[in-house]
Amino acid sequence: MNLLFGRSPPIKLRLALAVILSFVFMGVDKYTGSSATLRAFLNSLVTPIYYLASLPEDSIDWTAEQLRTRESLQQENQQLKSQQLLQNEKLQQFAFLKQENDKLRALLDSPVRQQGKKMIAEVMAIDSHPFRHLLVINKGALDGVFEGQPVIDDFGIVGQVSSVATTSSRVILISDSTHAIPVRIQRNGVRSIIEGTGRINQLKANNVPHSIEMEKDDMLVTSGLGGGFPEGYPVARITSVEHDLSLPFAQITATPIAQLDRVSRVLLLWVGSQNNEVPQEAP
Amino acid sequence: MNTVRSQGGYLIMLTLLITLIMSIIPLPLMVVAYRPDWTLLVLIYWALALPHRVNVGVAWLNGFLLDVLLGTILGTHALSFAIVIYVAGANYQKIRNFSVWQQALIIGLFLALHHLLVYWFSHFLSDTYFLPQYLYPVLPGMIVWPWVFWMLRKFRRQFSIN
Repeated sequence: MNLLFGRSPPIKLRLALAVILSFVFMGVDKYTGSSATLRAFLNSLVTPIYYLASLPEDSIDWTAEQLRTRESLQQENQQLKSQQLLQNEKLQQFAFLKQENDKLRALLDSPVRQQGKKMIAEVMAIDSHPFRHLLVINKGALDGVFEGQPVIDDFGIVGQVSSVATTSSRVILISDSTHAIPVRIQRNGVRSIIEGTGRINQLKANNVPHSIEMEKDDMLVTSGLGGGFPEGYPVARITSVEHDLSLPFAQITATPIAQLDRVSRVLLLWVGSQNNEVPQEAP
Repeated sequence: MNTVRSQGGYLIMLTLLITLIMSIIPLPLMVVAYRPDWTLLVLIYWALALPHRVNVGVAWLNGFLLDVLLGTILGTHALSFAIVIYVAGANYQKIRNFSVWQQALIIGLFLALHHLLVYWFSHFLSDTYFLPQYLYPVLPGMIVWPWVFWMLRKFRRQFSIN
């Protein structure tokens, strides 16, 4: 039988130790800058667990892919071909417009926009803890991913890279309650900041005066201010604007354009010479 | 050391590793808010069955791993797990005497305590506000408890982990 007494350390001491250790880690994580390196190290350690966790989904996907009929593949092929044709047509227009835009910008002496590198990443895990909306993707420091890097899917902004491990990294979604992104309304260029609410399909704009012109179904795109996100990518669509005059600000909610709940592949953006464009402070 | 050598420690670790994987497996959005706290359930089982093997230390370590995996503030799940397992471990003789469905009620209390603790820590450390869905995993956790209990008891007897 196991002894009940006289064994090393008693349970209360262990609890005290656990409490102290936890507070130390919370303090380090919250109040010091060293938590990024600590987290990167820890995330690299647990990356195998992410690979294990994504195995069932990967194998189901693989099986589904293997079991598809010839007809459905042909159909999909047809569909993709016609889609590509349509997009190619748009690209021809786009090339012309870009050239024209670059010329106009050169005339105005503004810096010509640069197309940065892009990289496709697979989503390995979705951390849907209510306080944290995070994705884990399969690209890391070895691929040149950096903290704060913008991440999009085929509809709009998904979020930004919040921590980088060697072969994986975490993306904080725009719906996370600690995330905010500078936007402007596509229709009239009014600037605002959109924050996450902790609900995956709802964003909100804080501190918007009643006088600002915002309407339901307005499209919000990134404003490029702050330098984090490149300009012009779709972020959200306004779902409701309430003017309750007893409150100091208008109540504005929006829904994300990107399909945050079913994203499986994302695009990492390297904005051309992003770090050089940070405005210098006037002397 | 114990008079009888403890065995099967790696099997306990294996069950806990599986629960860690189950807590991060991608699920459809519809059900994801109801994902039971597998790691805590299995920790509670081991803390009740083998309180000399699994208690506050193991709970803290697993909570810490979960913090890293979930990206929550380091130490929140760890501390919450440690406190819950401390309460479970301090009362294991009482809880063992209940039937498994009565145990499920107590497990519900433990799970609710865990979620409230995690919410409080997160609230103090970052600006999260309370949403009712933070407590959604409690009921599924209570419902799966009997099956967790029976499966792990079978597992423990099969491999005579003590």
